Amino acid sequence: MNRRVRIKFRLYVANHAQNSTKAIANLTALCREYLPNRHEIEIVDVYKDPMRALADGVLMTPTLIRVSPLPSRRIVGTLSQTQLVLDALGLEPAAA
Amino acid sequence: MRSSAPALLEGVAKAPTGITGFDEITGGGLPRGRTTLVMGGPGSGKTIFALQFLVHGATSCKEPGIFVAFEETPKRIVSNFEGFGWKLPALQRKTLFLLDAQPTPNLIQSGSFDLGGMLAVLGAKAKEMGARRIVFDALDVVLALLPDPADRRREIHALHQWLIERNLTGLITTMTDREHPGLSGRDPLDFMQYMVDCVVMLNHRVEAGVSQRSLRVQKYRGSGFSEDESPFVIGKSGIDVAIARILGRVDSDVTVERVSTGVKRLDTMLAGGYYRGASVLITGFPGTAKTTLSGAFAEAACRRGERTMFVSFDSDGSEVIRNLTSVGIMLNRYVKSGHLRLVSAHHHRERAETLLVRIKTLAKEHRARCLVLDPVSSLSKGGNELTAHGVAERLIDWSKAAGITLVCTSLLDEMASQPNGGTPLKISTLADTWIHLNYLVQAGERNRGMAIIKSRGTAHSNQVRELILSDEGVTLADIYTAGGEVLMGTMRWEKESAGRVAKELAEVAGKLKRVTLDAEEAVLEVRVKSLQTELMAKQVEKTLLTRTTQSRERELSRGRTRIRELRGADAANSKPKSP
Repeated sequence: MNRRVRIKFRLYVANHAQNSTKAIANLTALCREYLPNRHEIEIVDVYKDPMRALADGVLMTPTLIRVSPLPSRRIVGTLSQTQLVLDALGLEPAAA
Repeated sequence: MRSSAPALLEGVAKAPTGITGFDEITGGGLPRGRTTLVMGGPGSGKTIFALQFLVHGATSCKEPGIFVAFEETPKRIVSNFEGFGWKLPALQRKTLFLLDAQPTPNLIQSGSFDLGGMLAVLGAKAKEMGARRIVFDALDVVLALLPDPADRRREIHALHQWLIERNLTGLITTMTDREHPGLSGRDPLDFMQYMVDCVVMLNHRVEAGVSQRSLRVQKYRGSGFSEDESPFVIGKSGIDVAIARILGRVDSDVTVERVSTGVKRLDTMLAGGYYRGASVLITGFPGTAKTTLSGAFAEAACRRGERTMFVSFDSDGSEVIRNLTSVGIMLNRYVKSGHLRLVSAHHHRERAETLLVRIKTLAKEHRARCLVLDPVSSLSKGGNELTAHGVAERLIDWSKAAGITLVCTSLLDEMASQPNGGTPLKISTLADTWIHLNYLVQAGERNRGMAIIKSRGTAHSNQVRELILSDEGVTLADIYTAGGEVLMGTMRWEKESAGRVAKELAEVAGKLKRVTLDAEEAVLEVRVKSLQTELMAKQVEKTLLTRTTQSRERELSRGRTRIRELRGADAANSKPKSP
């Protein structure tokens, strides 16, 4: 993947549910490590903005959507398995 | 829907499902403000059940609903149910919301998750549209994504809690675990069964090549319910459940209105015809004109402009029409005008229960007021004879409640020695009117005899009549009983013509006698007159004689006095004269 491209994430969380909190922490850590200075994270709370979740078809929380670049990708869960997440997002592992 | 539920089934508030039969079984529907679990294998009718519950709420109970589809897209659901007359697209604008909750196929999962997003979305949507009912269709699909049984339990619990807090009447459908490999172990389903207030099992199996659907309420907290398995059919307007008699049901209105049997003299024999809404049984051996008699009834009903349904288990509709046309019963025009619906059921190999539901559904669709089942004995053929009696009972119950006049024919096995024609279905005890047709073999002829064995609430003729079929229709003739023997056909004709000759002779003799008597009378009258004249003459003569005698007397006494005067009366004689 082109390294200059900024990656935009949208993370849907459910209030302060445990797995949502975990997902926020995991995503932040992952971005810090693999995408320094070339990522954006938007966090949407489904309880505050349910219609947005409906529009995005997000029914499970937490859900991470890579909004850009297209095609979009989505990962459900706490994002605990870093390698799986990286693969899904098409990111190279640490060595890159 | 019956408004007054039996006392046994009262209790928690109910949300009617609009599913015929199911609301009766449960005494009003699903528990209102609580959660129901509907379980069943693939194709057992879970989605139909759930959607019908929502559609009924939206259209008839002013209870908008949400359908959460985990298995199919809302678009597909709408097109699947296009034929049901539920008008889903119209409902979707306001009172029905279909949420596409299918897990996306390219979904990647990392770590645990929950359904918080869905509940947030549903919460907002329910508030917006004022939803009272909610369905989670195929919840197992999404639960299967959760790797840990503890997570599944947690989500089920959260969902249940969420439903209770919002006081929504919830319905969750899941595949039974045996058929679903995605759910390892019975754990989550078991948990769900404990949690919910009502559990309904749907069953679909094939027995001896016959598809059979049935439904059973397994649990209903705070309410009585029928625990038996009830067969059901998926018809054009949804699910239709066959129900057994429920105690305390509302008696149907009885009428004294009569409907013609289609045979004039039979109407007379029954003091006007069958009662409206009565059930009539026509029994007889093969070929005794049972179909013809029921066809005559159907024709008469159509002629009155009543919607009629004729179910034939023996032959195709066109055959029925042709055969009846040959005896002057013209049904074709009524089929064309839409009054008559011919249903041929002779290809169906179905359980009696299923057949009954099918017949009921069709009759309802046709809005039939008169129904003919020819022969009803077929009900006991297609399945277990054990249930057939119950089915017949329900058939009669239902037709009574619906005010439908029911005519059933029943075949009697000639071999079976049932002199009074007891029927295998024991309908004879239930039917209001029972007509028996029989053959009488005499002098090389087989003639049809007809007798009314019973007719409740009607003074009916106790005579056996001869049933005559001609191309002009069905007529009844009196039979001759001579020396304890019943005469029909040619022998009746012979007897009749002999009778005619004898009657003519008697008439002539009578006439002759009258003439003679007239003559004698005339003679006597003349004699009376002459005698009267004679009498008068005698009377005159007598009067004359009396008068003559008197005047002579007077003359005589006057003469004596004169003589005395002339002689100069002596003192003794003159004393009184000169005092």
